[in-house]
Amino acid sequence: MTSRAPLAWSAAGLIAAVALPWYALQEGLDSGAWLTGLWSSEDYASGFGQIVEQGRWWLAPVLLALMACLAAALVPATRQQRGTLLLIASTAGLLLFVAQALGIGLRGWTAAWLTGLFGELEVRQVGLGAGGAVVLVALLSLLSIGLALRGNFGGDAFVAGAVTTVAASIVLFTAWPILRILVQAFQDGDGVLAPVLLLERLATEKIWSLRCLSGGGRCGVAWNTLFLAIGCGVGTTVLGLAFALIVTRTSFGFKKTLRVLTVLPIVTPPFVIGLALILVFGRAGLVNQFLEWSMGIEPTRWIYGFHGVFLAQLFAFTPVAFLVLIGVVEGVSPTLEEASQTLRADRWATFTTVSLPLMRPGLANAFLVGFIESIADFGNPIVLGGDYGVLSTEIYFAVVGAQLDYGRAASLALLLLVFALGAFFLQRRIVGTGSYATISGKGDSGLPTPLPAAARRAAACVALPWAAFTLILYGFAFVGGFVKVWGRDYTPTLDHYAKAFAVEHTADGLIWTGAAWNSFWTTLKLAAIAAPLTAALGLIAAWLLVRQRFAGRAALEFATMLSFAVPGTVIGVAYVFAFNVPPIEITGTAMIIVLCFIFRNMPVGVRAGMAAMSQIDRSLDEASLTLRGRAPQTLFYVVLPLLRPALVGALVYGFVRAVTTVSAVVFLVTAEYELATTYIILRVINGDYGLAIAYSCALIVLMLAVILLIQFAVGERRLGRRAVALKGGPA
Amino acid sequence: MTTGIRLAAGALALVLATPASAQGVVNVYCSVQVEWCTLAANEFQKASGIKVSMTQKGSGETIAQLKAEAQNPKGDVWFGGTGDPHLQAAEENLTEPYKSPRMADLHPWAVKQNTDSGGKTVGIYAGALGFGFNTELLAKKNAKAPACWADLLKPEFKAEIQMANPNSSGTAYVAIATLVQLMGEEEAFKYLKKMHASINAYTRSGTAPMKAVARGETMVSISFVHDGVTEALAGFPVKTATPCEGTGYEIGSMSLVKGARNMANAKKFYDWALTPEAQKLGAQAKQFQVPSNKATPLPPEAPKFADMKLIDYDQAKYGKSAERKRLIARWDSEVGSLPKP
Repeated sequence: MTSRAPLAWSAAGLIAAVALPWYALQEGLDSGAWLTGLWSSEDYASGFGQIVEQGRWWLAPVLLALMACLAAALVPATRQQRGTLLLIASTAGLLLFVAQALGIGLRGWTAAWLTGLFGELEVRQVGLGAGGAVVLVALLSLLSIGLALRGNFGGDAFVAGAVTTVAASIVLFTAWPILRILVQAFQDGDGVLAPVLLLERLATEKIWSLRCLSGGGRCGVAWNTLFLAIGCGVGTTVLGLAFALIVTRTSFGFKKTLRVLTVLPIVTPPFVIGLALILVFGRAGLVNQFLEWSMGIEPTRWIYGFHGVFLAQLFAFTPVAFLVLIGVVEGVSPTLEEASQTLRADRWATFTTVSLPLMRPGLANAFLVGFIESIADFGNPIVLGGDYGVLSTEIYFAVVGAQLDYGRAASLALLLLVFALGAFFLQRRIVGTGSYATISGKGDSGLPTPLPAAARRAAACVALPWAAFTLILYGFAFVGGFVKVWGRDYTPTLDHYAKAFAVEHTADGLIWTGAAWNSFWTTLKLAAIAAPLTAALGLIAAWLLVRQRFAGRAALEFATMLSFAVPGTVIGVAYVFAFNVPPIEITGTAMIIVLCFIFRNMPVGVRAGMAAMSQIDRSLDEASLTLRGRAPQTLFYVVLPLLRPALVGALVYGFVRAVTTVSAVVFLVTAEYELATTYIILRVINGDYGLAIAYSCALIVLMLAVILLIQFAVGERRLGRRAVALKGGPA
Repeated sequence: MTTGIRLAAGALALVLATPASAQGVVNVYCSVQVEWCTLAANEFQKASGIKVSMTQKGSGETIAQLKAEAQNPKGDVWFGGTGDPHLQAAEENLTEPYKSPRMADLHPWAVKQNTDSGGKTVGIYAGALGFGFNTELLAKKNAKAPACWADLLKPEFKAEIQMANPNSSGTAYVAIATLVQLMGEEEAFKYLKKMHASINAYTRSGTAPMKAVARGETMVSISFVHDGVTEALAGFPVKTATPCEGTGYEIGSMSLVKGARNMANAKKFYDWALTPEAQKLGAQAKQFQVPSNKATPLPPEAPKFADMKLIDYDQAKYGKSAERKRLIARWDSEVGSLPKP
């Protein structure tokens, strides 16, 4: 590596410190008003301007460190020496940067001992702006270049840069907000630390009682959550596997339909499945009415409680398991299966001793995702839970309910994290250290073995009724958008759609008069920004975790899962806590919503990427490296093309979750940036189900279109295997 | 590629970091129904020329947000939502005292809310607690509509009543506090324990029982009666009643956020919201609480306070966090933990 990269980054940082406002602007950068005030204006001044004209001396050491980096890039030195110099200078710069950013806030020094040490401050600082952000990024880049020059990360600057980018962004936007809120578990109402409080908050009957097992009484919310999560994890994995097997390994005729069907629940805005279940299975629902009418069976309320939530979660999360598993099932190499059959194993033995064990990482990942989705799920328990409380609803009501007890909410969130952590380690134990690589560079032209008859029947028995059931449920919900009052007055009408999506044609052109347009466009825009970033970050993180060896890898892997395991409400409040005050002051902007989307949805990209990548033999990477391909080339030309299913999964998931998330963004939306889901929830709360359903249907259509677009744009993975249809044809 | 991501993130930061300007704006956190919020925003904007930035959230979510934003408040006024969270915000010093020149035009209960909180909140509407019931289900079971608290213990309502869980719902807490004030604490808890046999679910949300009644999922609910009017207008077979022994009520309130950035505009909004012109908007949005300005005309559908037997609800005593925590804890250990009938 030449010294061009460090030179470029130090120069970029210094230019930003001269030519961009250091602090965030009230009105944003696009007004251009800041251009004239770059030196002398209190609000608009650049980093150097702030130091010289405004007396913000604490920025000077940071910029000095950046200049030292520039010097280190320019002096003649060996690779090793230059790396060491850069490492020292950039680390010092970063530490100084963080110290001043955390130490000085809106009201001067942020801690009393700092005021005591340095005296009262005349000037304060607001949130970080463009200039400060570029300097921070430059320092991080210089750090990674320094590390690579010294030979860390295999001396590869790309790997070093990727690791610092992923690590820094996860620390900043996942670990930091979550830690800030979790600390409250150990604090009393006034913020005084008292670790005993955690024990008091957690050691209660309400959380741990097991009375439901002995009959009479209710179980604690912790057990409720665990029972539900284990059931959901197992159930979604089995269903997901059944669908994946049918789609990839049978000649079932309606594969495309089945694929769309499995994707439907994931693109469904929250509450819709719950409401549809109530309308079908509720006391006044179709099934009960029919039973009462035909057989005189008294209608019951079994749907409220464990059964209902479990059913709704199966509907909601089976597709996620399917998305995780489909890539894995496709990836299992036919060569190995053919070898097994050549050795006289029958189809069943091949399936159980070769195919299934090779799918183990996928199964374990699918279970983990189902388990964690279930414990973090909020929408279904709140609609269908009735008395059946789980941790996520308990946390929600500790934050917004009559108690308003952040300490309790944080303690419960901590418990939830412990569960997630437990599942995570269990999954690692199950997957173990065995090799599951089945995609290698060697000729791989076998035919996927058809499923043994028993397995095919089992998969069909599980998946097809489920698919039919889904169809009925959606048919029912779909009708809801076209009738006057859902569940009451079934006069057909188009009113709900007109109210939401009316467009008037006037002399001035089109006017979007429908009530839903504003939130619709905002949602579309923000989700479209978030999805590619989510997928890119997720897959890069997965690639690093599977393919690179570096210190702190396990910690990084866990950190990527953090935001996934914490319920949305906690994330939302954590984001407001962490990002409402300097150094990062972004509440009320669209940026905080996009960041929340990215870091909340990234874990699925990571899991899917890791599962798919553990199937791709390392020899492919090595071949690329032997042919002098560097890390980025290996990633882009070898690994990524083989990861297409995972890439599609991550993109799709990133997009649809951004469109359908509620609990995490409830605290982040503003009048200006209203989202579709929050709008729909308000309609549901007001009992305006028709409009809610109409809007949801429109969103479903939109998301299906986007999914098709993504599939089309990314394309399929070509593994050089013969298609089943061409049996006997040339390879 | 990572450089690409960084550049993209940087560009994103530039494009998106555009908060609203500070001139001629008021940021309202609105905890009433969304139509009402939108109407209020538009009408105030017309009347004053001040741009209203309105965010609709439930009262529980709003106080959670105020608490999270306390160091750097983003909202200016908190409009609507049941009174207890407003009193709690006052207690936790999240809101600012203010005496509006309109105070003289208000009903005594609205003014009392103001004095109880040290001037930090004021009543804008009131709604009485009562029963909602599904007339079709009643007819099917040949049951008479409940008219008194005592009726709820009748055998025909066994496992037919829904009420919210006071741990999560302010509505349920109002019900418990009402019973305590009506019967005395010991008697009230005896009653609640007996009624437990008639309850099929303690829902998480306060409005859920009325919706369950509307959809025929339960026969009777303990709810605010004005919610029933909304469901009935939507076409559901719902009717309401207020208990003959007497009942309590909520006072929907309004507060100024402490440290608001647009305090002058916030006060203008506050004064305007207490006028009859502003309070008429509730009925226009199909919400039928009783407005706090004496001169506001009452819509014909609205449940009238004159027809009910209201208790002298002690908002000051039962709005205090300590008292609420105590009563809820007692309910939890004595009623909520009982086995399902």
